[in-house]
Amino acid sequence: MTAKHWSPPRLSLRFLHVWRRNLLVWRTLAIPSMLGNLADPLLYMFGLGYGLGRMLEDVGGMSYIAFLAAGVICSSTMMSASFEAMYSAFSRMHVQKTWDALLNAPLTLDDVLLGELVWAASKSFLSGSAVLIVAAALGLVPSTLAIVVIPLIFLTGLAFAGLGLIMTALSPSYDFFMYYFTLCVTPMMLLCGVFFPLHELPAPAQLLAQALPLTHAVALARPLVNGTVPPAWLLHIAVLAAYAAGSAYIALALTRRRLLQ
Amino acid sequence: MNPRVNPISPLIATGLRKSYGANEVVCGVDLALQPGECFGLLGPNGAGKTTTLRLCLGLTAPDGGSISVLGHDVPQEGREARQRIGVVPQFDNLDPDFTIRENLRVFGRYFDIDNATLRARIPALLEFAGLSSRADTRIQTLSGGMKRRLTLARALINDPELLFLDEPTTGLDPQARHVIWERLRNLLKQGKTLLLTTHFMEEAERLCSRIAIMDHGKIITRGEPRALIAQHVEPHVVEVYGEGVQEWAKACGRRHAERCEATGETLFCYTRDPAPLIADLDSRGDLRYLHRRANIEDVFLKLTGRDLRD
Ligand SMILES: Nc1ncnc2c1ncn2[C@@H]1O[C@H](COP(=O)(O)OP(=O)(O)OP(=O)(O)O)[C@@H](O)[C@H]1O
Ligand SMILES: [Mg+2]
Repeated sequence: MTAKHWSPPRLSLRFLHVWRRNLLVWRTLAIPSMLGNLADPLLYMFGLGYGLGRMLEDVGGMSYIAFLAAGVICSSTMMSASFEAMYSAFSRMHVQKTWDALLNAPLTLDDVLLGELVWAASKSFLSGSAVLIVAAALGLVPSTLAIVVIPLIFLTGLAFAGLGLIMTALSPSYDFFMYYFTLCVTPMMLLCGVFFPLHELPAPAQLLAQALPLTHAVALARPLVNGTVPPAWLLHIAVLAAYAAGSAYIALALTRRRLLQ
Repeated sequence: MNPRVNPISPLIATGLRKSYGANEVVCGVDLALQPGECFGLLGPNGAGKTTTLRLCLGLTAPDGGSISVLGHDVPQEGREARQRIGVVPQFDNLDPDFTIRENLRVFGRYFDIDNATLRARIPALLEFAGLSSRADTRIQTLSGGMKRRLTLARALINDPELLFLDEPTTGLDPQARHVIWERLRNLLKQGKTLLLTTHFMEEAERLCSRIAIMDHGKIITRGEPRALIAQHVEPHVVEVYGEGVQEWAKACGRRHAERCEATGETLFCYTRDPAPLIADLDSRGDLRYLHRRANIEDVFLKLTGRDLRD
């Protein structure tokens, strides 16, 4: 890595061309893709929510399924952003060489990366919002404050899209992404308060969880869905924003090194 | 380099250098294109042709030298330069998720071309590519030649003044190749400037007004194709094949030809006067031979050698 790879991103609105190209491709597959994206989170919500929920009085002052709903909104956003920023972006970068075509046009790699980042966040935004809508339809969202969760979903998507793009910049093949899922995504699913309250964990694990972005997404979403603003809201937003900006910058430098040699 | 470079030269590169690790793959390349010409960059695998084009497009920064494309300093103003260049890359990167027409439309939008202009241009480009009747099929169903024609049409979507063509006909059958050549001549007639890389010497001879032969990152010779042939090789070539060709070379070939090169069972005799060779071969009758005029390939092989590069 040289200083040139770390030069500040040169942002331009041309990134919208990349975003729009991906949207056009997705549009033709929108319905099956949306349903596929909803299946997983809903299985979690109903399977665990009703199955496990029967054995539990309430969790954190609400029914278990309502507790779960806020967590699953966040985890589904994480999953969707990660998949798009890794498997799909890698296929456009490395397999189909779509990025090469974009770079022969008057776009720069900075435009391409920003386009992919915002696209992956947009797609995950749809997944997270769909879960929120289903939860609301089931009466699991008691407060209109839940509206605030919508931009939060997008921010969460940006954070995980950035992390995914780092993996894509480093990846020699699709198989590489399994490590990230096994070592990062699955532990976050389990440690960040999606399925049970954080304070049930031993102290060192709680400390670790505080460093992970999903923890902060859940810590915001759950109270908001239930009508209260968490006291540390600014901190949670700052952590997510730092993850989004930091990971996007690292991904950009790594991708420049990979493609602009 | 010519110090009196044409001020409106569409591409001027001086002293280009590029290294990958310890491997210097472009070592001091100078290029200056004339408006409206087809300039051929020839060279064996790994010579540095694609890297030179990538440098001129601003896709990678040179370690040394300067590049000016259509008046823009590259790579600093690479985006502005690419706005006015068309690129046919060495490997097709058409969008498999779109139809033929969508490929053109989506690519056109990358140049900020408005919809009305695109609607007007696309039918003409489909016509140019001979793909009008299949405009709404996906690109997976296309043959190699069709894909290449579509890639060429796509490169024209911004009505570029300058085109970079990286091996536009590699992998195509003769019919498809001739169609591409015909299209390229068409573009020259319209006044566009072409920078072409190729392995096909025939292609270079047919299309290019000037060529440069590149090897190991350096341009080893340049000029008009005919002038290069006259300068570097004898005008006649007699290729002789068959068993016993080595003995024949000693007995006759090397005596009558100015220069002989052997590869396996084939002997290439370069000469000003082929008559004695042919007379001798005709009288023997056991060796097959081909008599032809020297071409750019002979120049190329003389200068870059006959060894494999991969
Ligand atoms: N990104 C890269 N990293 C390291 N080495 C590279 C890179 N790109 C090209 N090279 C090396 O630079 C040399 C020149 O490559 P280049 O692709 O420019 O050759 P070429 O003349 O286009 O060859 P071909 O006819 O095979 O397309 C080769 O040895 C290649 O391996
Ligand atoms: Mg090449």
